[in-house]
Amino acid sequence: MPLGIGCTARPGQSRNNKTGSWRVYYPILDTEKCTKCGTCQLICPEGCITQNEDKTYAIDLDFCKGCGMCAEECPDKAKAISMHLEEK
Amino acid sequence: MTMQIMEGSIAVAETVRLCRPQVISAYPITPQTHIVEGLASIVADGRLDAEYICVESEFSALSACIGASAAGSRVYSATTSQGLALMAEVVFNSAGMRLPIVMGIANRAISAPLSIWNDQQDSIMMRDSGWLQFYAEDNQEAVDLHILAYKICEDHNILLPAFVCFDGFILSHVYEPVDIPDQEAVDAFLGPFNPYQKLDCNDPISFGMYATPEYYLEFRYEHDQAVKRAAEAFKKYGKEFGEKFGRDYSELVTQYKIEDAETIIIAMGSICGTIKDAIDEMREAGKKVGLLGIRCFRPFPSEDLRALLGNAKRVAVLDKNVSLGAKGAVALEVKDACYGMDLPIYDYILGLGGRDVRKSDIKNIVALCEEGKGDMFYGLREEVL
Repeated sequence: MPLGIGCTARPGQSRNNKTGSWRVYYPILDTEKCTKCGTCQLICPEGCITQNEDKTYAIDLDFCKGCGMCAEECPDKAKAISMHLEEK
Repeated sequence: MTMQIMEGSIAVAETVRLCRPQVISAYPITPQTHIVEGLASIVADGRLDAEYICVESEFSALSACIGASAAGSRVYSATTSQGLALMAEVVFNSAGMRLPIVMGIANRAISAPLSIWNDQQDSIMMRDSGWLQFYAEDNQEAVDLHILAYKICEDHNILLPAFVCFDGFILSHVYEPVDIPDQEAVDAFLGPFNPYQKLDCNDPISFGMYATPEYYLEFRYEHDQAVKRAAEAFKKYGKEFGEKFGRDYSELVTQYKIEDAETIIIAMGSICGTIKDAIDEMREAGKKVGLLGIRCFRPFPSEDLRALLGNAKRVAVLDKNVSLGAKGAVALEVKDACYGMDLPIYDYILGLGGRDVRKSDIKNIVALCEEGKGDMFYGLREEVL
């Protein structure tokens, strides 16, 4: 990709930066434990958690930076998200 | 040509009017205040069709200029000293976004200690920002360099912002004769602003995006190349300016009696006028002294200086700034430019915080240089140390 003068970009270009490569820990969502409360989607600072048509949630690991906020904030009665060390 | 006797700041404000900026945003600060007062009056009186955006700080002033320039307007701002320091983040951003903003700098010392008086530490502080830096010797040059700056900055092969620096009080508040060009001539020289790219709702674009480590180094290289290309653009448009307005700016370095000079003084800004008078008197006394004035500090005219210093026996660099712990910024650049030449180059830090520099000081410095004494603060009052 040639450089745009002034580091300009057209809409949607941020999807090309797959920031998931920065991650040290990655989340695993246990759909059996998940109560579908939606807290993880609300607090994810990257906006990389989305709800599927069947109301379950999915984490886009292309952009998840592994901050762990979803695992921390998942309510005690569910604790459906756990963090795991990336093997690189 | 009609010469008028007017204050430097007002001459600059009237010249900015002729350049037809569509947006002006600036915050008043001594000694730049009369420029923004002048421009505010010009806009309020309907003499210039521009948006004058009042802001609460210099940070906001240059931020407003970024938005306006990115949206496709010719813009102007002016500041000095602490105002420029407060702008720092935006100074670097505007350069990286390659926006052709022109900003007047009425050079003033930096706090602490607080000083409203002249030296050039403020613009030198922004040496590495990627802005072009031009320095005026007198008010006529301050006027001309503003017009020239827009021409250079807006060239699609350059696309950079520029400081037009002129010494606070010494030029900004001094009345002297200047030729304010005709509107038609300035219009013919500059033409309307033709943005390379701009913010447009129907064709969206973002400026100054995030660059990963795979791209950042290349962006900085491209920026550096553009700053270096500005040297040729300065010479080309400076020559064109001379043909249109009768005052030649085809050189980045001004020359005064250097042909047979054994001692060459290098300096920047209004001090060059004093130096020329001192040189005349020294030449009457048989001393072969000349002056090279740095008119364009960024890009730095290294090759030009190297060629012009070929026959000199010694060089005295006069710096109205200091990179504390090293030397004056101009001396560092001159020493770099002349590396490998058998030429002693001495640095003299002087005139900081408004300390007057007189012809006698210039003569003393030439004498020190002849004795091989330099790389020093000149004129220290030992009794207060």
